[in-house]
Amino acid sequence: MRLAGLEPLVVRPETNFLNVGERTNVTGSKKFARLIREGKYEEALSVARQQVENGAQVLDVNMDDALLDGEKAMQTFLNLLQAEPDIARIPIMIDSSKFSIIEAGLKCVQGKCIVNSISMKEGVEKFIEQAIVCKSYGAAVIVMAFDESGQADTLRKKVDISQRAYDILTEKVGYDPEDIIFDPNIFAIATGIEEHNNYAVDFIEAIKEIKQRMPLTRISGGVSNISFSFRGNEPVREAMHSVFLYYAIKAGMDMGIVNAGQLVVYDEIEPKLRDLCEDVILNRNPEATDKLLAFAETVKAKDKAEVKDEAWRKGTVEERLKHALVNGITEHIDADTEEARQKYPKPLEVIEGPLMAGMNVVGDLFGSGKMFLPQVVKSARVMKKSVAVLTPYIEQEKEERRLAHEAAGTTNGESAGAARILLATVKGDVHDIGKNIVGVVLGCNGYDIIDLGVMVPADKILETAKREKVDIIGLSGLITPSLDEMVHVAREMKRQNFEVPLLIGGATTSRMHTAVKIAPEFEKGVVHVLDASRSVTVVGSLLSQEQKPDFLKTIKEEYRKLKEDFANKKSAKQYLSFAQAQENKVKIDWEKFNPVRPGFTGTKAFDGYDLAEIVPYIDWGPFFIAWELHGKFPQILTDEKVGSEATKLYNDAQALLKQIVEEKWLKARAVIGFWPATSDGKDTVTVDAGDAPVRLEFLRQQIKKAPGQPNISLSDFITPKSFGKLDHIGGFAVTIEGIEPHIKRFEAAHDDYNKITLQALADRLAEAFTELLHERVRKEFWGYVKEEHLSNEQLIKEEYMGIRPAPGYPACPDHTEKRKLFALLDATKHTGIILTESLAMYPAASVSGWYFAHPESKYFGVGKIEKDQVMDYADRKGMPLGEVERWLRPVLEYDA
Amino acid sequence: MKKTIQDCLKERILIIDGAMGTMIQRHKLEEKDYRGHRFADWPSDLKGNNDLLCLTQPDIIEGIHREYLEAGADIIETNTFNAQVISMADYHMESLAFEINVAAARIARKAADDYTSRNPGKPRFVAGAIGPMNKTLSLSPDVNNPGFRAVSFDEVAAAYYEQVKGLVEGGVDLLLIETIFDTLNAKAAIFAIKKYFRDLKQKELPILISGTITDASGRTLSGQTLEAFYVSVMHAKPLSIGLNCALGAVEMRSHIEELSQIAACYTSAYPNAGLPNAMGEYDEQPEQTAHFIEEWAENGFVNIVGGCCGTTPDHIRHIAEHVATIRPRPLPVVEAALS
Repeated sequence: MRLAGLEPLVVRPETNFLNVGERTNVTGSKKFARLIREGKYEEALSVARQQVENGAQVLDVNMDDALLDGEKAMQTFLNLLQAEPDIARIPIMIDSSKFSIIEAGLKCVQGKCIVNSISMKEGVEKFIEQAIVCKSYGAAVIVMAFDESGQADTLRKKVDISQRAYDILTEKVGYDPEDIIFDPNIFAIATGIEEHNNYAVDFIEAIKEIKQRMPLTRISGGVSNISFSFRGNEPVREAMHSVFLYYAIKAGMDMGIVNAGQLVVYDEIEPKLRDLCEDVILNRNPEATDKLLAFAETVKAKDKAEVKDEAWRKGTVEERLKHALVNGITEHIDADTEEARQKYPKPLEVIEGPLMAGMNVVGDLFGSGKMFLPQVVKSARVMKKSVAVLTPYIEQEKEERRLAHEAAGTTNGESAGAARILLATVKGDVHDIGKNIVGVVLGCNGYDIIDLGVMVPADKILETAKREKVDIIGLSGLITPSLDEMVHVAREMKRQNFEVPLLIGGATTSRMHTAVKIAPEFEKGVVHVLDASRSVTVVGSLLSQEQKPDFLKTIKEEYRKLKEDFANKKSAKQYLSFAQAQENKVKIDWEKFNPVRPGFTGTKAFDGYDLAEIVPYIDWGPFFIAWELHGKFPQILTDEKVGSEATKLYNDAQALLKQIVEEKWLKARAVIGFWPATSDGKDTVTVDAGDAPVRLEFLRQQIKKAPGQPNISLSDFITPKSFGKLDHIGGFAVTIEGIEPHIKRFEAAHDDYNKITLQALADRLAEAFTELLHERVRKEFWGYVKEEHLSNEQLIKEEYMGIRPAPGYPACPDHTEKRKLFALLDATKHTGIILTESLAMYPAASVSGWYFAHPESKYFGVGKIEKDQVMDYADRKGMPLGEVERWLRPVLEYDA
Repeated sequence: MKKTIQDCLKERILIIDGAMGTMIQRHKLEEKDYRGHRFADWPSDLKGNNDLLCLTQPDIIEGIHREYLEAGADIIETNTFNAQVISMADYHMESLAFEINVAAARIARKAADDYTSRNPGKPRFVAGAIGPMNKTLSLSPDVNNPGFRAVSFDEVAAAYYEQVKGLVEGGVDLLLIETIFDTLNAKAAIFAIKKYFRDLKQKELPILISGTITDASGRTLSGQTLEAFYVSVMHAKPLSIGLNCALGAVEMRSHIEELSQIAACYTSAYPNAGLPNAMGEYDEQPEQTAHFIEEWAENGFVNIVGGCCGTTPDHIRHIAEHVATIRPRPLPVVEAALS
């Protein structure tokens, strides 16, 4: 095989295993992903340079990240790379699961690349098509052993699929055998599932047979998959990789994506571990997995032993309290607190002394990025437990002093203690995970937190703020109508002459919105707080008499500029008239489209769906985001920086999840429905639900698109009435109920860590249940896809056919359509979900939306819209313009 | 039946023609000659648009072809070095690119067929010349913004596609991608050729590829070593790979030697008539050039030879005479089984 960058790379039989640099891969390297996301391409190039310097012979480049425009990132990076002769020297492996990104990359590289990868997953026709494209650019290709029926997992399938791909490539496409590289799938072994035990042997045997049958081809594979079940246990993983490669290379493996720097030398692996790895990899012994697991435990146990090292127990009580706080250990906290209480003259001094000293260390470590949120919350748990021990004594002292004052006839002149911060999720909104985290983090930093919970009206917030003499008010919200409610609170604060600053946070909020809409309403200080970790510094600045004026001045100036920029930017984008946008709708050949009739019309409810069935559909990514741990799952578990914390959190969550499922803490409820529907060829879909027809109104993209790109509306995916075909629309509402008593229990135990984990898990279960139902809808209830074999990863990447957009979210940003959805489904009756006045759903762990089945339907964002559309929309909905504008404010292109 | 070029390459070293530009200069054409009747009122200057002469002065172009055929060239190149929409934009003549290619191919075809019919034992071939164009895909024209590109792969491929279509419809026998200083442009040309024949569902015409090593570094302008360049274009499955332009035969020798060792296909070389002098003129004499090339032939480096900038029918005649009896470079045994 010959490849080329600026210099050639000729692979011959005597060539050693090809070392493919893997760090320029956004899915594998958190650092690289961050640099690309932040547009720091110069630094990203230095990652590539380092790879070359460390001996990479081929550079794997992957830009598969949901937050990135993959094609553009690939092009930008490769174009810049071409200008760096020391990097461009070696050949590029263009790596993506999206073929469009691969082709974008191929268009930038003069050398001979490797494409990673193509397969027969989507059928032979697509495979041939993609192979022809790769060949036209002169690239070598990695072919995954994957066909329409799935990934090859047995020796037979691996060889047969590879052979079939080979025949097609060489006979139909005219590929040179030397340019074909097979990846016969490396799967995790030692998973505890018996069928998996032979996976490594199958791979190795498959290589031998492939090499024998097709001697000119090459073999590659993703080595780290093999040890996936030992994630978090690096010594065992590295040993497994080494042993596996030792045998795979002997069998003919030519290249692989491995972190070469982290490979242990085969001969230097501890003999016992090496034997166990060989047993597992070569499947030599039925107990191999158990034995390796047991051994791995001892490796782990060593780690644990270090953690459990009781040496710290020998320190002074202050040292012990600090250690317990920093390491989040609750085991001895009651006894240690009691000891400290007896040592110090007053119980309050224990809090002000050793406990605060410990929490300051935690705060510093968190602030400098050396501790992560889950650890901080665990520390808070220790703190709260300790305070709980002290509180009765503090109260008793207070009472004694009060009585003493009373006896002496004096008044109690005790000053208020710590600064007070009021937190609330605004009226109409039920989401509070983020707010709870902020509360815990601020609590850790010694502030007194008054948390009013969710759905709190403005007057209650302000009344409490006055009564409790709070120093700062913090508002949170997740859904878009909450933005307006925050503006309302700010106006009220001005009217009532509040002096304390206002903090804004939550997923839907932004610095821009705060600057443009909220800050102008209240001049005593409005600050947007991006996440919990920033809240500490912001609050610190606001409560310091010296820093506050400068801090607020800087923020005000910054927001004034943002507001100006915003006003200037607006005119830059071009919009079509609504009529033009409608004209440029998605063009679908309806004559050729034969809609599939769902298995039933009307609704079908599910009550108490088995949670165990739902669990495998969980997308863990957002769970870690909720904890402010950023990275892709499962890679995050082995991330160099946050990996060990992420793994701990994951293990804790798994344990809690197991308990939830086994002890039936939560109940999964849902309702789905299908109804005949037609579109009017514009933006209205008429649903026939038996009684009077229901008219659903959709919004259409109005921004000027590139030539050939449509201005999409969801209504474009429903057959227009004029074609006289029986098309359908579907709907669903899904919830996970029953969280409240468990939350109360955790609160009573001062256990924010488990409380937040439980909330986050409930959200994940609701989403997973939605995913599961959608799959059943596609395959079974609506049945428009008979054959679908998607992994959970593919589901998360939305590779399925048809969509399930939710009212209030980018494709249909109007929350008020949710009322029609709920009425059609009779959702409250079937699921118990209640809509708040802002049309948030309670319980918070709920999801609802529409089902569209058309193969061309896809997710999109409506983006900003102009007044002509809004007027037409208000007219269609029969809703006053002002009210429509209030609901749609976040997407309006104009000021209303 | 007419012998194919493959037949001829087995028998002897083939001769490709010399410079077109140098020969056009001799006619001392003025602005009005370039314009002809048809473009008398064209809004921009047209002098220097040599490819346009296929439409406005077809007789001159045909005459030059005939001079080279008379001198012994087996392969003549169409006068289409810049005839694609991107380069033609310099003259606002994007819309004429296709027509120029068709006309150029027909002119060369007519001359070549005439000579073939006179001596069927020495068939003449027309190579459609596909030049590098005036914009590059691997290099940024803006030193402060190395990631910038003045043109996209799709645009370049589309431009070449149209050029190939014109050349093939005009009747060429071969397609010659030449003077490659940015391999990615060449890859776009290869992409276009493959796509054109796929769309047409016809057998591909033989492809000849000729790169340009710009200086003593032994690399292309876009930075590739000779072997990397070779590896990067081999998917074209070319009939021949070679070098032309930028260097004279003296400077080109070591590179063509290296190429002859690695290439699994035929090799070609058509150097300039030495390096230009202070006046920008080439003054290497025909017998000098022929002498150098004869030495390459004797060492078995080459299968196709000829001349580039500064060479004339005289140079070609001398080269043809010097290599006429020398055995061509045999095709190496492909080492596929080993690689």
